[in-house]
Amino acid sequence: MTTPMTVPAVAAPFRTVGERLGHFALRLFLRLGVLPFLMVGGIVVFALLSDQFLTVQNLLNLLRQSVYLVLVAMGQMLALVTGGFDLSVGTIIALTSVTSALTMSLFGPDVQPLVAMTTGCLAGIGSALLVGLVNGAGIAYIGVSPFIMTLGVQSIGFGLALFLTGGVPIRGLPAAFSDTFGFGTLFGAPIPVLIASGVAIILFVVMSRTAGGNYLLAVGGNAKAAALSGIDTRRTLLRAYLGCALLASIAGLLLTARVETGEANLGGTIALESIAACVIAGVSLRGGIGRVENVVLGAIFIGLLQNGMNLANVGSYMQMVVLGTLLIVAVVADSLRHRLGAQDGGVA
Amino acid sequence: MATTGAPLLQVRKLCKHYPGVRALDQVDFDLRQGEVHVLFGENGAGKSTLISLLAGASQPSSGVIEFEGRPVELGSVREARALGISAVFQEFSLVPTLSVAENLLLGDEPRRHGLLRRGEIASKARELLRQLDFQLDVTRSVGSLSRAEQQMVEIAKSQRSRLAVLILDEPTASLTEQETVQLFAMVDRLRSKGVGIVYISHRMQEIRRIADRITVLRDGGHIATIDAAGTDDDRLVEMMTGRSIAQIYPTIAARPGETLLELHGVGTRSSVRDVTLQVRRGEVLGLASLAGHGKSELMRAVFGIEPVTDGKIVFKGEDVTRSKPGELLARGMFYLPPDRKNEGLMLGFNCARNITLTMLQRGLRGRGGLIQPGRVRALANSVAARVELAPRNLGRAAGLLSGGNQQKVLFGKGLAIEADLYIFDEPTVGVDVGTRSALYQLIKQLTEANAAVVIISSDLPEILNLAHRACVLRNGRMVGELCGAGLTESAVLGLFFDRPAKPLREAA
Repeated sequence: MTTPMTVPAVAAPFRTVGERLGHFALRLFLRLGVLPFLMVGGIVVFALLSDQFLTVQNLLNLLRQSVYLVLVAMGQMLALVTGGFDLSVGTIIALTSVTSALTMSLFGPDVQPLVAMTTGCLAGIGSALLVGLVNGAGIAYIGVSPFIMTLGVQSIGFGLALFLTGGVPIRGLPAAFSDTFGFGTLFGAPIPVLIASGVAIILFVVMSRTAGGNYLLAVGGNAKAAALSGIDTRRTLLRAYLGCALLASIAGLLLTARVETGEANLGGTIALESIAACVIAGVSLRGGIGRVENVVLGAIFIGLLQNGMNLANVGSYMQMVVLGTLLIVAVVADSLRHRLGAQDGGVA
Repeated sequence: MATTGAPLLQVRKLCKHYPGVRALDQVDFDLRQGEVHVLFGENGAGKSTLISLLAGASQPSSGVIEFEGRPVELGSVREARALGISAVFQEFSLVPTLSVAENLLLGDEPRRHGLLRRGEIASKARELLRQLDFQLDVTRSVGSLSRAEQQMVEIAKSQRSRLAVLILDEPTASLTEQETVQLFAMVDRLRSKGVGIVYISHRMQEIRRIADRITVLRDGGHIATIDAAGTDDDRLVEMMTGRSIAQIYPTIAARPGETLLELHGVGTRSSVRDVTLQVRRGEVLGLASLAGHGKSELMRAVFGIEPVTDGKIVFKGEDVTRSKPGELLARGMFYLPPDRKNEGLMLGFNCARNITLTMLQRGLRGRGGLIQPGRVRALANSVAARVELAPRNLGRAAGLLSGGNQQKVLFGKGLAIEADLYIFDEPTVGVDVGTRSALYQLIKQLTEANAAVVIISSDLPEILNLAHRACVLRNGRMVGELCGAGLTESAVLGLFFDRPAKPLREAA
């Protein structure tokens, strides 16, 4: 029944450069998906539209702006590959921001800034992990659907963050906090970019070289088979939401440092943006498929679009139209790729 | 009685080609009024293709279908039904939350001024069931019916006007014994009304119970059509597989050694009650029962995926009652689930990852606890060689492979962990005969390498030809242990149905 099939183009000799290029593009598409094409297309278009786009200054700027989405999208990926998702990442950012800022502002000016910063960050991360724990426990142990659980928690957390602040931004953070984590550079590279890169490398190793990372994909790929393979599926799900919360809270801390205040409104639309970044990067909404390196690129691509469209004077309303269109195009292209891939003998 | 013997449905030189595959090749087939004609063959033999052509679900590449003496073109399921030909597949098309009556008239409800006429729906539904002699309460919701009763609704629904030809695709696959009895009674009733029935099954005992004639298909071709009376099983199997029994089933040397697994009075929440048995190294234990009588449930309880309510499970001398699968795997027990797509494999993962998944925490990690890709590859390659999986398949997603290759991957997962006790639940379900004998060879190797093997199977020949010892369950209780010369088909069937051992035909 399943005789080995090859894409016809592979067997045929290529005569023209155009054919060769077409074949190469097809292989690239099957291997990496639509993202590299969107990326190159975006860069070419924006470079033509604006001569400021392809400057070192702007590209560095672009990376710095993308850091937050990169971090959150990586977290979102952890939830997506298990077959769920986390709508509460925005709330996690808000809570992290508010609790860390409140904690830091409790220390007077006489206290060592390092002590205030460390305690504040730990408090922020702690509150985020608590949210992740609630999400994970509800989904893994009680069996609430990820959509409902994280939607509910999103509202709860946002309400708490507003309640804690009374809706007013929290000031009085140590200057060193913003100077370092908001605006600092090390060897010419912005510190937030360095932090996000480090986190991405760690996550890459976790996903590709540890059993725990593989188990996330396994549970999303087939939860029953995972359980029969001796994987504790509940603990794996719990870890996914804890990991997601941790990554979102790092983004929350960096954002807090950037705006120099603790704010309940920092999360905004990042939940949907992070899901979009993952989907563009080929993460399957049904779980089981997702690569860290692609997700990083996916998030940077969304940043690139926004940056490029700003430079090209595209209004923010039209930007929404473009983003939405590209998201759908990406999903259609991905399903096409899987169909072609199945004929070709597997994308996996 | 309409059993005149005139052909109701006649098929000549029917062919169906798909790109690269000849699914059906020059097949002749005929169906008389009032007969049960069994289609017999392996997976991929062409049974499903043939019935999909007869039911109008797909169209032949060439050949003729004649219905009541006239050539017909069955362009769709609807057209076939209009003639009185309908098929009931394993998947039902019923809405479980609606009542029997609502399901029966779904899409064709009597209305007045756009409003439903409930009384008429019920009376029409009753009339439909009465014509077929089905006794069902039309007000009950379909979800509350047994599988056999749902099957009746499905049949009644498929045939709102006239029923001339009924095609049943493995109708007993998920039925309990009692439901099977109900189904057979229904088949008998329809047969006596002159309905021609095409019945797909590969269960010998069923075939002997209800078949009038049998057509054997193999590799898309017609092998033989024979009268059911006076054919013996071995001949049928040989016709079906094209091999002799001895070529399919290897002889496994029995060298019973130390006892690995002991069950003491084990009961489960599902159906198993008070089962006590032992499994020893170097032997194959067969577990047999009708569907739903506990053979699978018992071993799933041992592997920690079915709640144990009573008793004690001892593995390698230690109490492992209610242990989790992960612990049991670590102790050297492997369970191969019967449903490879739902429970066995990550269909989106490539085969190498599937094979090595259970080993990620054992032996594949190097410095710093990180997985060593080289070791993963080496393990996958060596396992692939043992299960005869082509190396190029290792990098392909498991979901893209044929059923036989998927089953090899699943076996490979077991070989990778080098367990001491292997529990194979329906080890060869839905795979072709070539793969089957390859898998039996693996079972032989494992057993002769001093592992303990348990085979749970609905395929009785598998138990009879491979097991050294067989335990038979009925209603969740162990009703007998057979070994050596006492392990015969009639002995096992006798225990299934609580009857003294004698051939089923007389008993039924």
